[in-house]
Amino acid sequence: MPHTLPETELHNPQSTKPPLDPHLKALENEAIHIFREVAAEFERPVMLYSIGKDSSVLLHLARKAFYPGRIPFPLLHIDTGWKFREMIAFRDEMVARYDLDLVAHTNPRGAAENVTPFTHGSALYTDIMKTEALRQALDAGQYDAAFGGARRDEEASRAKERIYSFRTPDHRWDPRNQRPELWNVYNGMIRKGESVRAFPLSNWTEVDIWRYIQAEEIPIVPLYFAEKRPVVERDGMLILAEDPRLELLPGEVKREEVIRFRTLGCFPLTGAIRSEADTLDDIIAELETATVSERQGRAIDRDQAGSMEKKKREGYF
Amino acid sequence: MTAPAAANAALDQTVVSLPVQETARVVRDTRPLRLITCGSVDDGKSTLIGRLLWDTKAVKEDQAASLQRDSSGKQNDLGLPDFALLLDGLQAEREQGITIDVAYRYFATDKRSFIVADTPGHEQYTRNMATGASTADLAVLLVDARVGLLEQTRRHATIATLMGIRQFVLAVNKIDLTNYDRARFDQISHEFRELALSLGVRQVTAIPVSALKGENVVYDGRASMPWYDGPTLIGVLELATTRSAQTVGFRLPVQRVSRPGESFRGYQGTVAGGSVKPGDSVVILPSGMVANVTKIVTFDLVRNAAVAGDAITLVLDRQVDVSRGDVIASIDSQPMTGLAFDAQLVALQPEGIQPGKRYWLKSGSRRQRVQVQPVSQLELKSGKWNHADELPMNAIGKVHLAFDEQAIFDTYEQNRTTGAFILIDPDTNNTVAGGMITAKRAALGGIHTEESRVILSLPADLADQLMATELFASRREDVEVRRVTAGKAVNIIDAIDG
Ligand SMILES: Nc1nc2c(ncn2[C@@H]2O[C@H](COP(=O)(O)OP(=O)(O)OP(=O)(O)O)[C@@H](O)[C@H]2O)c(=O)[nH]1
Ligand SMILES: [Mg+2]
Repeated sequence: MPHTLPETELHNPQSTKPPLDPHLKALENEAIHIFREVAAEFERPVMLYSIGKDSSVLLHLARKAFYPGRIPFPLLHIDTGWKFREMIAFRDEMVARYDLDLVAHTNPRGAAENVTPFTHGSALYTDIMKTEALRQALDAGQYDAAFGGARRDEEASRAKERIYSFRTPDHRWDPRNQRPELWNVYNGMIRKGESVRAFPLSNWTEVDIWRYIQAEEIPIVPLYFAEKRPVVERDGMLILAEDPRLELLPGEVKREEVIRFRTLGCFPLTGAIRSEADTLDDIIAELETATVSERQGRAIDRDQAGSMEKKKREGYF
Repeated sequence: MTAPAAANAALDQTVVSLPVQETARVVRDTRPLRLITCGSVDDGKSTLIGRLLWDTKAVKEDQAASLQRDSSGKQNDLGLPDFALLLDGLQAEREQGITIDVAYRYFATDKRSFIVADTPGHEQYTRNMATGASTADLAVLLVDARVGLLEQTRRHATIATLMGIRQFVLAVNKIDLTNYDRARFDQISHEFRELALSLGVRQVTAIPVSALKGENVVYDGRASMPWYDGPTLIGVLELATTRSAQTVGFRLPVQRVSRPGESFRGYQGTVAGGSVKPGDSVVILPSGMVANVTKIVTFDLVRNAAVAGDAITLVLDRQVDVSRGDVIASIDSQPMTGLAFDAQLVALQPEGIQPGKRYWLKSGSRRQRVQVQPVSQLELKSGKWNHADELPMNAIGKVHLAFDEQAIFDTYEQNRTTGAFILIDPDTNNTVAGGMITAKRAALGGIHTEESRVILSLPADLADQLMATELFASRREDVEVRRVTAGKAVNIIDAIDG
């Protein structure tokens, strides 16, 4: 007796799209392979969900990997309390629309001690509200594998990272002693307390992400599209000025400008770019002629040379 | 691309100005070419890739600014930035001026896109070179023009070939430091061609290069080397071929079984060879059960075919026992199953490979216990295989593999997925070797007693009838039944009769 669903139930109504080009198809296949491998090999996987464009692609790929089943692991959002308002609204909408299991975690110590990007500086704030919070959440969930949306083209130390990136029980990355990783045969063997960060998007570039979002019609936070928004200029960055907790410093003025974001993080630390790109076509065209890299808008990467590697050694994603 | 004199002139100045930004509209009708740089320590691998990124405009302004910043103080005589810093992203690498682990970078020309893995030359980090080589279509092997081929050059060329790379570019680098000596270039190219031939590689392009000055990388070096009229590096890369699809039959290593509800059971995995369509008869290994494919399910649609590389969910027409690690294969062209195989491998960790030790072997989604018996080790200088009882770190060796349970392989030559494996040390959980299956072993050296098994090749329906009988159930250990199509069975019988 055939064990199948009726044809109509299997046919996804979204599927009027043209097929992916071979380049994106190869990237998609690789990512799905990694998702399935981790889900099968580890006892308690979790997917880091940061609500940005890479996370949106990651989520879409996870849905594809396990279709027609549900995603067999929860999503974890490290909520610093300083995310863009639209990000949180978008997150909640995705959770409802796709019936996701979401775990949101905020560092209770940071919240109690009122750690903010304004009072503690970006480095210490990131350390407590992101890195420490992540370690807490991973420990609490006893997760042995965590998916992340990091790409090797983002930054020089990321370019060195394996697809299965091994972490010690205290979440440290040892870049000098990574396990060899040959072909697509991943070594998922770990001892209790150790874990693996898995990066299905390792080989994607920023342009690939956008072209895939367009081809697959993946929903993303509207902040990626240009619109007239209130901003202030601070330390050479354009900061979105909509949250009442942002106090203007002497000499700063709030004004309306047509801007968009190339990456999304905590609003006080994420710079907008002046851009008119309000469609995916425009964004892709803008990217293909861009003269600066995407991480330029991020305060956390500018603190010091090698700062990403340092953060990663300490357990940051 | 031809060098506008201005572009080279601009790079000779101490002030680094980026090449003019052009719109990079990349053709994406093929998958990207995957390449590695390899060769001995300090031959200029990272510099070459850095230069390649620079001249293809893959370096953005902020990255160029930090390169400028980081290069200051340790600039070379020419006043050019240290392009290797674009690749050597770890603090330890920057401090020591060497590459430790492989860096993956992405760039494109208007003809195609590339994934490049810059691997370390230092012998201690050979494992990271092997990591990069395992997935590459092409290897750019660097040699310092002043030094020539070294043992490490031979090691890298050999590992790259073992891992199936058949296209090589020999970049005779630092040619600027030899006064663009043509005789030197010819001599090194000749020497390498001999090595390549001994490794069975025919496709070699030798190019005299100055990675630092960017000569014959993206722009030609005619001004300094009028005697060279061959292609630039990028010219060769644009025309190189990606690994062709494998020719053997359909293979689906099962990663997981999807059972979202009572009414659905699908087998998820990535097609590792051949193709499949609804209606095809398949065999599940190692059990040997047969079934027919009813559906190929993906998120977007129910597909009418899937080919190598596709991540799919397969639905079969009957309830058979399939679990993770099994391989679903075409009936007509099955992989080898058995308890003993021959393989070549590269030992990647300080402990080497010890005889008699039981390792974990992972191939595709299948992980099982294996005993590894080293047989011989390659002597890099002479190319001879010498008898060996154990394999030290970085050794290239031939081994016998003995399994407790049925293993399923193709040869690596036939299938780069189902013929490849890694060894994991159960004591450390580290990956200690990368290996390639060369053959199934008939003689078992007395470890196992499989010799006495009889192989019956039968049409699928007959095979099923036979396997359903009581008699067969009692002789399972002695008989291996292979299902073939009726047509193939006739051929086999004809061959025996005639
Ligand atoms: N003059 C000259 N110097 C070069 C050239 N290519 C590289 N170099 C120099 O050679 C040194 C080593 O270069 P790297 O690119 O770090 O060498 P590598 O092969 O990546 O070294 P490992 O990765 O550690 O094996 C650096 O100081 C470079 O500036 C060249 O074409 N001409
Ligand atoms: Mg290097």
